[in-house]
Amino acid sequence: MLITIGVIIFLSLIIGVALGISAIKFKVDGDPIIEKIDSILPQTQCGQCGYPGCKPYATAIASGEADINQCPPGGDDGIHKLADLLGVDYKPLNEEHGVPKPKSVAIIDEKTCIGCTLCIQACPVDAILGSAKHMHTIIEKECTGCELCLPPCPVDCIDMVPIKETTENWKWKYPVHKLRVDERATP
Amino acid sequence: MINNYLLIILSTVLVNNIVLTKILGLCPFMGVSKKLETSISMSAATAFVLTIGSMTSWAINHYLLEPNDLIYLRTITFIVVIAAVVQFTEMLMEKHFPFLYKMLGIFLPLITTNCAVLGIPLLNAQASHTLIESAFFGFGGALGFSLVLILFASTRERLEGADIPRPFKGSAIAMTTAAIMSLAFMGFVGLDR
Repeated sequence: MLITIGVIIFLSLIIGVALGISAIKFKVDGDPIIEKIDSILPQTQCGQCGYPGCKPYATAIASGEADINQCPPGGDDGIHKLADLLGVDYKPLNEEHGVPKPKSVAIIDEKTCIGCTLCIQACPVDAILGSAKHMHTIIEKECTGCELCLPPCPVDCIDMVPIKETTENWKWKYPVHKLRVDERATP
Repeated sequence: MINNYLLIILSTVLVNNIVLTKILGLCPFMGVSKKLETSISMSAATAFVLTIGSMTSWAINHYLLEPNDLIYLRTITFIVVIAAVVQFTEMLMEKHFPFLYKMLGIFLPLITTNCAVLGIPLLNAQASHTLIESAFFGFGGALGFSLVLILFASTRERLEGADIPRPFKGSAIAMTTAAIMSLAFMGFVGLDR
């Protein structure tokens, strides 16, 4: 009995130590630039940039595949930050990918909702609660305002409602400096 | 000597094929045989793990279990050892062969749950093979698995386009095909005479 326990403990100890050492030795560093870009992106997972989410878009920026001006929810602020991080020039938002809108959340009109679950499947952040033939509702805290739930809704019962700016969600705006021309320097 | 090893490989690949005569590893046989590419990846990963796994579990069995009269612990220790070997292989590959790692993807960790990978070390222990015999037995088993999986995947790809009666579509025709393949492999039993 004691030998059994001893053998098992001995085996687990050896395996644990070996795996632990190799985990440190064979550690693969993720690309830190992708993480940094990803932290600037708004994490709406809306796919308006043409990539299936924020992380893939960050990967594409890092590898030079995508431009920095394809993220409408991030807006001008986001592009400025990305330009600073990557040391490239600022570019205005590419209109092909949409225009920036005020930050909003989706609201389901619960009287009209037929409980078809189509919007639940579309939601990239699982912010919609409900099940088949039961009314759905949106967890406003989780909603990123990506609008992906609007097209699948067969009865058009989802509305986008802009979020009012309150003391709780107010943020410093990105400083925009006007270009000053030094008059003395120009002849 | 070499004849002996060749015989082990031949017997595990054709006569005692692990999938079709021992009925082990049916889960990946049915699961990842829809596409030829994935089945090739799966075969490569299995071959690697099975060979290494047979050797390590031989060492555990020979040096730890048999001297201490703990043969009844075989199953549980082999599972632990194989899981550890798979994890180690995954780390090693991620570091040194990132291309292979990306190609195998999810199949590498999935091998832990492949019953052929547990079955071969247990069969090794029962037949009291030596270290090299175990390695060849494992490698041969993996070759047999690969052969059958790749053949089966190619057949299934062809079946996609075939005009199959409706009740037979999907898993039914796959099972029937597997049964016919198994019958065909029974023909190899006469090989050792």
